[in-house]
Amino acid sequence: MRGKMDKSELLHLSAVELNRAIREGKTTAVEAMEAVLEQIEKKDGQYNCYVTVAGDTALAKAAEVQKKIEAGELTGPLAGVPVAVKDNMCTEGLLTTCSSKILENFVPAFSAEAVLQLERAGAVVIGKTNMDEFAMGSTTETSAYGVTRNPRNPEHVPGGSSGGSAAAVAAEECFFALGSDTGGSIRQPASYCGVVGMKPTYGTVSRYGLVAYGSSLDQIGPLTKTVEDCAAVLETIASHDKKDSTSVERADTDFTSALVKDVKGMRIGIPRDYLGEGLDSEVRDAVLAAAELLQANGAVVEEFDLSLVEYAIPTYYTIAAAEASSNLERFDGIKYGYRAKDAAGLHQMYKKTRSQGFGPEVKRRIMLGSFVLSSGYYDAYYLKALRVKAMIKKAFDDAFAKYDCILGPVAPTTAPELGRSLADPIKMYLGDIYTISVNLAGLPGISVPCGADSRGLPIGLQLIGDCFNEKKLIQTAYTYEQCAKEGN
Amino acid sequence: MAREYETVIGLEVHVELATQTKIFCGCSTAFGGRPNSHTCPVCTGMPGSLPVLNKKVLEHAVAVGLATNCDITRYCKFDRKNYFYPDNPQNYQISQLYLPVCRNGYVEIETEEGIKKVGIHEIHMEEDAGKLIHDEWEDCSLVDYNRSGVPLIEIVSEPDMRSAQEVIAYLEKLRLIIQYLGASDCKLQEGSMRADVNLSVREVGAKEFGTRTEMKNLNSFRSIARAIEGEKNRQIDLLESGEAVIQETRRWDDAKETSYAMRSKEDAQDYRYFPDPDLVPVSISEEFLEEIRSRQPEFRTEKMKRYREEFDIPDYDIDIITGSKHMADIFEETVALGAQPKKVSNWLMVETLRLLKEKELDPEDIRFSPEHLAKLIALTESKAVNSTVAKEVFEVMFEEDIDPESYVEEKGLKTVNDEGALRRTVEEVIAANPQSVEDYHNGKEKAIGFLVGQTMKAMKGKADPAGVNRLLKELL
Repeated sequence: MRGKMDKSELLHLSAVELNRAIREGKTTAVEAMEAVLEQIEKKDGQYNCYVTVAGDTALAKAAEVQKKIEAGELTGPLAGVPVAVKDNMCTEGLLTTCSSKILENFVPAFSAEAVLQLERAGAVVIGKTNMDEFAMGSTTETSAYGVTRNPRNPEHVPGGSSGGSAAAVAAEECFFALGSDTGGSIRQPASYCGVVGMKPTYGTVSRYGLVAYGSSLDQIGPLTKTVEDCAAVLETIASHDKKDSTSVERADTDFTSALVKDVKGMRIGIPRDYLGEGLDSEVRDAVLAAAELLQANGAVVEEFDLSLVEYAIPTYYTIAAAEASSNLERFDGIKYGYRAKDAAGLHQMYKKTRSQGFGPEVKRRIMLGSFVLSSGYYDAYYLKALRVKAMIKKAFDDAFAKYDCILGPVAPTTAPELGRSLADPIKMYLGDIYTISVNLAGLPGISVPCGADSRGLPIGLQLIGDCFNEKKLIQTAYTYEQCAKEGN
Repeated sequence: MAREYETVIGLEVHVELATQTKIFCGCSTAFGGRPNSHTCPVCTGMPGSLPVLNKKVLEHAVAVGLATNCDITRYCKFDRKNYFYPDNPQNYQISQLYLPVCRNGYVEIETEEGIKKVGIHEIHMEEDAGKLIHDEWEDCSLVDYNRSGVPLIEIVSEPDMRSAQEVIAYLEKLRLIIQYLGASDCKLQEGSMRADVNLSVREVGAKEFGTRTEMKNLNSFRSIARAIEGEKNRQIDLLESGEAVIQETRRWDDAKETSYAMRSKEDAQDYRYFPDPDLVPVSISEEFLEEIRSRQPEFRTEKMKRYREEFDIPDYDIDIITGSKHMADIFEETVALGAQPKKVSNWLMVETLRLLKEKELDPEDIRFSPEHLAKLIALTESKAVNSTVAKEVFEVMFEEDIDPESYVEEKGLKTVNDEGALRRTVEEVIAANPQSVEDYHNGKEKAIGFLVGQTMKAMKGKADPAGVNRLLKELL
């Protein structure tokens, strides 16, 4: 006789725990999906994590997957597990809006490679999560489909741009989620919502089917409840994809093999530049306490000067905006998406469609990007930014000659209150200071919960690794997570 | 005394490369499919799609660069050229601005004034756009993305040409090189080779260039020559009347033999070029270059020399035949099948050229196969068909590439070699035309021609006229 699990008990499981329970016959993929859909029904009116929920399709797919699991055809650690996908990844037959009005009716004809990899492994897509419009923003408040609220405290933002994905994991409206990270868009909302989020080395996960924001910086990654889930998801979605020229062929994608609780001799550097002005003292204390815990478990921790940190933000906003201004040109009302009515002639149709279809933050970045690429300014801004990008990479190379990991905060503060950030975009941009250089240098970075502030808002610990060194990150993050859990 | 002017011309030549698939996706490049049937998410600019370079495009571009004495850029990149237009699904074209694949080349051209080098500034790879169809009836525009993403190279010359004659010689030279490489069929009419003419005039002896214009919509050598003449005169007239030439893009209307301004430099768009982050830089290795070099074909000059040595055909024939790679291929393959070079050359020089001219086609349009031409020549050699019948068969072959052997068989066109039947027909003709017989006997040699004609007619052309002549004389 199979021991059936209670649905609320089920929702607390991590992705791999759920998969184990399904394989052991304690529950089924369909029951898990039903539980998630009920939870969404119950909670999402308040949190607004999802733009689209594909309930019936998801249940039907869960039933198919359950059969395959029972037939022994699906044996991986994510088979039968419901997953939420950020709404900037194409899903065949399922609305993909990028949380923008301009794609209000866009149904892709193909699925993103990362989504296909998950589906091949038996994970079942629940629906599409809310985000900052075209991933531009740090709060999920620039969405055309309403703000997402932080499940830890609904008066606060969940972070962004993958705020819907992070909040859905935190609210148990999914078992794990995919996000995308261009300047911190996975790690920062993970930190604000108290979940694990990882941005892999550039080129590790195919970008095919990810609606591009800053193509040279964008990378898809997992948002999960645990480091173990994070490793399992990354192992599943990492692939060499011939459809993506920037995809890298790598042999070391057995990330779950790094789930080892051991940091003895691990050399960890803390950039002094990451602990200075602007950093909230409670965040600072939590991060340093995490460092001490790792040190107590055998890691060699020291502070060092990373340099160039102050140049990361202008460099990032120049490059990302330049690429975005070009990437978003295809949204013109001609082929798909929103088209303005009553436009006289082609030129006006373009203008009206884009004026009405894009929100203010997207327009701001399109204008900024168009400016830095325009004739006469290209050398002064765009080319200079590319040079600084190379120098930032060099600074990290030097650091990784000495350290296995770099440790620091994810964001200067915990999640701000709703409605406070967009009024001062520069201040919002400055909030990306600790995450952005990771994208500029193409490095992997992970955010792991390391406590909460006095208001109970989660704090995230960031670990940064050298390119292709996800395993060291996973090992360090896992060790920290386990030690923190055990209280030692 | 009137001032003397010199014309300065540079060319931008777009060539569509002969690849099976598009430059950044696997879609077919075949011509004439149903609208939007050769498309995929990449070449229709769907969100999330990404380009991947077709290596064949690089091979062709490098081959053309080597054949035109260019330096090959060992680390080249693709850039985005941003502009909004519905034929361009992403609203940017992937091209090369900063690091084009080939630079600093030249070709030698020959005109009445002798041999001259025309410099090649650069050759870059890019994608073609789709096609807009304006439906006047429904008052709407439709777009067909079948051409979107078809690979092109753009060959930018230095401003080294001084006359329409030099421009045509340069284009002919480029076309031959590219056709010989098999990189493109270079058909101007169909748009697989397109030339934009940059032209300015200056007083003879002046050091600075004049203000130039760019002329578009030139789709034959003839219209290029006429446009150059027209634009030169327009600019000289402006200068003579004290006006300035405006830097602008103009469109040539060949029917009206005039051009009009499309856009001036002032409305020139800022294309905001920047390196395409979706494509990785292309590193060209020594091995890759060596492989392309080793694959370079025998070009025209070498081929002409070999023909002179190998085949006993006139220089004039060699010149015409090697003037088209396709024709040279047909010639060589037909000869390889055992046909006599002189006979093959005759068919190409006389009947083929006549039909091409009559139907306004290029040698590249020849559709009959070497096998069939060889068979037709064999049929005439064995006197199975006479020359009149052979020409008729050739015309059908030219149109439909039929097998002449089975065609002759089916249509019953074989020369009748049955001596008895022929003798009977000749006897009947003699009996039916007593006047001509009498004329012949009275010394009117011409009368026999009439009798031969009557016999051929009665035989429905299927007789050997020489044999008929001989038989008539014998019986008379």
